[in-house]
Amino acid sequence: MSRIGVAFDKARADGRALLVGCMPAGFPSVEGSIAAMTAMVEAGVDVIEVEIPYSDPVMDGPVIQKASDIALAGGVRTADTLRIVEAVAATGAPVVTMTYWNPIERYGVDAFARDLAAAGGTGLITPDLIPDEAGEWLAASDAHGLDRTFLVSPSSTDARLAMTVGHCRGFVYATAVMGVTGARARTSDAAPTLVSRVRPVTDLPVGVGLGVGTGAQAGTVAGYADGVIVGSALVRCLLDAPSEADGLTALRTLSAELAEGVRTPTR
Amino acid sequence: MSADALAPVAGTQPDSAGHFGRFGGRFVPEALVAALDELDGAWRTAMADESFRAEFGALLRDYAGTPSLLYEARRFSAKVGARVLLKREDLNHTGAHKVRNVLGQALLTKRMGKTRVIAETGAGQHGVATATAAALFDLECVVYMGQVDTERQALNVARMRMLGATVVPVTTGSRTLKDAMNEAMRDWVANVDETHYLIGTAAGPHPFPAMVRDFVRGIGDEARQQCLDLTGALPDAVTACVGGGSNALGIFHAFVGDPDVRLYGFEAGGDGVATGRHAASITGGSAGVLHGTRTYVLQDADGQTLESHSISAGLDYPGVGPEHAWLHDTGRASYQPVTDDEAMAAFELLCRTEGIIPAIESAHALAGTVALAPKLAAELGREPTIVVNLSGRGDKDVHTAGDYFGILDKER
Repeated sequence: MSRIGVAFDKARADGRALLVGCMPAGFPSVEGSIAAMTAMVEAGVDVIEVEIPYSDPVMDGPVIQKASDIALAGGVRTADTLRIVEAVAATGAPVVTMTYWNPIERYGVDAFARDLAAAGGTGLITPDLIPDEAGEWLAASDAHGLDRTFLVSPSSTDARLAMTVGHCRGFVYATAVMGVTGARARTSDAAPTLVSRVRPVTDLPVGVGLGVGTGAQAGTVAGYADGVIVGSALVRCLLDAPSEADGLTALRTLSAELAEGVRTPTR
Repeated sequence: MSADALAPVAGTQPDSAGHFGRFGGRFVPEALVAALDELDGAWRTAMADESFRAEFGALLRDYAGTPSLLYEARRFSAKVGARVLLKREDLNHTGAHKVRNVLGQALLTKRMGKTRVIAETGAGQHGVATATAAALFDLECVVYMGQVDTERQALNVARMRMLGATVVPVTTGSRTLKDAMNEAMRDWVANVDETHYLIGTAAGPHPFPAMVRDFVRGIGDEARQQCLDLTGALPDAVTACVGGGSNALGIFHAFVGDPDVRLYGFEAGGDGVATGRHAASITGGSAGVLHGTRTYVLQDADGQTLESHSISAGLDYPGVGPEHAWLHDTGRASYQPVTDDEAMAAFELLCRTEGIIPAIESAHALAGTVALAPKLAAELGREPTIVVNLSGRGDKDVHTAGDYFGILDKER
C-alpha cells in the first residue's frame, strides 16, 4: 500500500478524515513555499499537495491563478518543484503533486515520474489528464511506484466513474462542485451524492475538494469523505497578508482550524 | 451548400477519440467530458440528419450570403506572376468565414436544448459572429475578451454589446486571447448544463476540431467546384492564413484528396520567427498540450505557454488546430511563416490593384502567395493557378493598418 494509503487508514481508524492542504510551488518564492508548507504540516495538515504552477490553469479560480502567476513571474522551474517536494517530504508528511499535463509532458513523463519518486513524492493529481489519454502516465507511474489521482465530477456518468477510479491508486479526488477551485460560502450538495456513487466501485479513500475554506466546512465534508482537500483558502492567507510573517501566522491559524474540523466530522 | 456536399473526405477523419495521428484528443477536466460527449453525439446525429443539413444550408445561403464568390484577381495576378483566384469569404455577413462556424454551432446549441452560449475572442471577430448568431437564435451570449484586446478593439466591443452580448474583460495572465479562452473554459465547467462553449476555431478538445472544420468546409467545397467551372481544372495550389486554422482547414478539406493540389498554410511570423516575437506555432513551436488538445504550441523549456506576437489579432494565438499539426507531420500541407511587414506589403498591394481591403489575417495568405508564385511557376514551367482564401475583410483593421502606414491624420 502507498504511504498515502497508510495515512488514510490511520485517520480512518482514528475516526477522522485526512486534511490535504494545497499550495503552489514557488509561491511566494521557492524558500517561502517550503516555509509555508512546513508551517502547514506543523499546524496539523496531514498531506501536502504541491501544485506545479502552470501558465494556463483552467481548473483553478482567481486565488490560485494569482499565486501561480506570482510563482512563475519569480522564475520557478519544474526542477525547483521537485526540490520543494523533497524538502517538505523531509517533515515526514506525505507529499503529493498536482499539475496540468503540459509541464509533465515537456519534462518527460517517465523522467518526471522517476524524479518525483526520488524526491519522495507519493504521486500526482492530474486535473486535465483523463485516463483516456493517460497511457504514458499509467506506464510511468507503475514503473516508479507512484500513486495516480484522477478527478471524478458530479457530471461523470456511472461508466466513467468506474473507469476513472479503476485507474486511480492512492486516493480518488471528487470535485465537489461543477466549477473551479476557490472557497465558497456553502459546501456543495452534489459532493455527498458523488462520494456515495464512488463508494460502490472502489475501496480507495475519497478526497473531496473545491470550495472548502473553514473548519466547519471541513467537518461537514469529513462526515462523508475520507479526505478534505483545501487550497484557495490557505493560499489566500499568504496573498492577503501585509507581510510574509503575518501570512505564515494566518496560515498556521487556518491550518489548525481545518485540522480541528476534520477531527470533528459532522454526520 | 448542398446536403450531399457534407460527405466525408477520405483519410481526413480523426479516430473516435478525436486523434489526428499523435495530435488532438481531449486534455480536459473530467467535469467537461459529459458535455463533450453530448456535443459529439449531437453533432454526429445532426450531420446525418437531412433536416439539420437543409436548415444549415438555408441559413448559409439566405443569411450568411454563401456560396461566396471565387473572383479572378487579374491586376493582382499580373503583379504576382500567377493566376490568382480569391475565395471571397470577406463578403459574407459579419465579414469573414467565421459566420459559417457560428451558425452551425448555434443550430446545434438549440438542438441540445441549451439556452446560453459563451465564446472567447481576440480581435473581436469571433465574438461579433457569436453575438450575431446568438441574436438570431435568441440565445444568451457572454463573450470573454482579454482586457488588452477590449482596449485595442473598442469598436468590436461596442458591436457585440449592440447585438445584445455581455462582454467580459479578462484581467488574468497576459490578458489576451489565450487567457480569454481559459476564462471561457472556467465558465463552461461551472455552467455546462445550460451553456454551450462556442469555440471560434478548429482547436480545443474533441469534437471541436473536426466539428468546426465540418461547419466551415463549405469554403473548399465551393471553391473546388468554382475553380473547375472557371478554369476547367483544379488549381495548382490552395493557400490560406493559419492562426487557430479554421479558414485554412475549411478551404483545404475539399482538396486533401487531390494529390496534385498543393496546400500552403501561412503562419504569423510577427517580427520574424528568429526574433521569438511571432505566432508561428508549427514553424516556431513544438508539440505540447494547450486548451484541451495536443498540437504545436509556443512554450518554454518547462511547458509554460509563451506569449505570441502578430500585427494580426486574429492570428495572435500560441497554438494551432491539431489537424494542421497532423497535416504538417504527414507532409500533406506545407506551413511557412509570413512576417508582419510581408503581410502589410501584400495588404497594400491588394488594396491598390483590386480595390479590396483584406483582413490583415488574410493578407498573410496573400503575402505567402506572392512568395510562392515564382517558385511554383519555375517548378511547373508555366503560370500556376492559385486559389487564395480571402478569409475576411479589413474594415476592422483600418486603424491598425492606418497606423502601420502612417496615413492617419494627427489628432487635432
